[in-house]
Amino acid sequence: MTALVEVLDLAKTFDVSAPWLNRVVERKPRQFVHAVDGVSFSIEKGKTLALVGESGCGKSTVARLLVGLYQPTRGTVRFDGQATDAARDPAELRTLRRRMQMIFQDPYASLNPRWKVLDIVGEPLREHGLAHGGDEMRSRVTALLQQVGLAAADTEKFPHQFSGGQRQRISIARALATNPEFLVCDEPTSALDVSVQAQVLNIMKDLQRQQGLTYLFISHNLAVVRHVADEVGVMYLGRLVERAHKSELFSNPRHPYTRMLLDAIPDIHMSGRSRTPVQGEVPNPLNPPSGCAFHPRCPHANARCSAERPALNAFKGIHVACHAVEEGRI
Amino acid sequence: MVAPLLEVRHLRVEFPTRRGTLLALDDISFDIAPGEVLGVVGESGAGKSLTGAAIIGLLEPPGRIAGGEIRLEGQRIDNLPYEQMRAIRGRRIGAIFQDPLTSLNPLYTIGRQLIETIQTHLPVGAEEARQRAIRLLQETGIPAAEQRIDQYPHQFSGGMRQRVVIALALAAEPKLLVADEPTTALDVSIQAQIISLLKRLCKDHGAAVMLVTHDMGVIAETCDRVAVLYAGRVAEIGPVADVIHRPQHPYTVGLMGSIPAMDEDRERLLQIDGSMPRLNAIPKGCAFNPRCPKVFARCREERPDLLDAGATRAACWLVKQGVAA
Repeated sequence: MTALVEVLDLAKTFDVSAPWLNRVVERKPRQFVHAVDGVSFSIEKGKTLALVGESGCGKSTVARLLVGLYQPTRGTVRFDGQATDAARDPAELRTLRRRMQMIFQDPYASLNPRWKVLDIVGEPLREHGLAHGGDEMRSRVTALLQQVGLAAADTEKFPHQFSGGQRQRISIARALATNPEFLVCDEPTSALDVSVQAQVLNIMKDLQRQQGLTYLFISHNLAVVRHVADEVGVMYLGRLVERAHKSELFSNPRHPYTRMLLDAIPDIHMSGRSRTPVQGEVPNPLNPPSGCAFHPRCPHANARCSAERPALNAFKGIHVACHAVEEGRI
Repeated sequence: MVAPLLEVRHLRVEFPTRRGTLLALDDISFDIAPGEVLGVVGESGAGKSLTGAAIIGLLEPPGRIAGGEIRLEGQRIDNLPYEQMRAIRGRRIGAIFQDPLTSLNPLYTIGRQLIETIQTHLPVGAEEARQRAIRLLQETGIPAAEQRIDQYPHQFSGGMRQRVVIALALAAEPKLLVADEPTTALDVSIQAQIISLLKRLCKDHGAAVMLVTHDMGVIAETCDRVAVLYAGRVAEIGPVADVIHRPQHPYTVGLMGSIPAMDEDRERLLQIDGSMPRLNAIPKGCAFNPRCPKVFARCREERPDLLDAGATRAACWLVKQGVAA
């Protein structure tokens, strides 16, 4: 198998300093958030990599870096062997952009309320010059809508006439318009009810099977991730702490943070059984802990964990960034 | 059989609009026993939050209770004047809302808000109220409560704020707590902490809970009984294990099947096609009939009421026929 997407040491730093005048008057230093700090992974063609983590762990930033909505501070993204930032030639970049698309979390904010569905789904076709003339555009859009279970008559409607789940289908149809190979899905079902979430997840899986799509699937819901993913990456404060095949990660989680996350999911089948909640909260990303960022909450932390940051090392077929696992303490 | 703490009978809530009256809750009936945790689950727009709001007397106008009654310890509370309801709210019924930031006043220290609540409802002096407030904060697991009591809400993280809100809700030792999506705005690891805290505190204080949520996992872990709402009506109600493992109503079956499970692999999730009807277009007969895989003629004509279905009660004509969904 060949990797369609390869990410190497990707990092993004945001400048969150106070305005210049405040810095001068109040003598505040410049402040930076390392939203993504050295993340590496690859996704094989036709597979799904899921990134999970809590709010503020940088998973959405990774998504935006991949499709080029942010420029990385450091590191490279290679798509089908070509570096996306080196392809400076606008024409080449355009071809690459056509091959990767994105689905956003909020189906209420990601569709222009003043455009008809025909224009929304047709925009990528127009932009990339894939449909010529009104008739071809209309028939292409209709076909795309039917692919996601919407009707031809829906082309003339506005987004407000649809429910949340239907809007997310429109987003998927728009993303599919350019015949992409790679879809970045940033929490595509988080804003939806469970029964509607099931519809959208089923559509996404069907499309993957039919068209051989490759997904980067971002979610905070481990049950959803377990359903859609082939490989799972767990993020904590801008870094990958564990990356493993789905079955391995869920049956035998290694990193203490992964164990904690799995432990924290309320499972509908263990009615009555209480779980052991982990203490503490995600630290402030402006001032992350030294060493391993998880050490203040980790039951296995020792002096080395608070001093030295563990690297993501291969370990019996999985990748884990933990001193305790490496030393065989857990 | 103990007398129920809360009785809701045939509750109807409607919203008059320019284009006619919308019936948001239609004939909702349930009981909560003292110390019991009742889950109310449903999708957006099913009426679960509205049920909670009707009980605590905080329906947003123009919404109004159009029929039925709500009784707390035998006393009717749905038709009380505003001032009397105010005395009950906080004292006998506590409330926790979804967003911990908007349920605290950002301009007052949390201590002031707690002490105000305690002194409004209980005959205690200022110093005792402060001691109680500190004790409540300690109980909810806030470290260094003596210092943090004088801080403002913005100095707390989301999970910590929700702990403060729980302390506030329990300040006057209410008999019933209405918790509307208390963990939805929180991350999973914090959610687990808050749920176990809520469970422990309500047990310690002997408070019954009406837990409104869309998360079946939270329901399974926390509740004794659960009511499944669909389009403003109770579709099924019963002990939590029965509803989850042996659902009788086709909607409950679909709802359970559409949740990705952690312990089994399925290529496709069970899906309920379509979506919940809007309030102005509730179909005739059973509201679920256009989406129901087992629909038959009677479902399209007549509306089923809750019928005994083994351990649970389900509003479905199949139950009447003795066929499990």
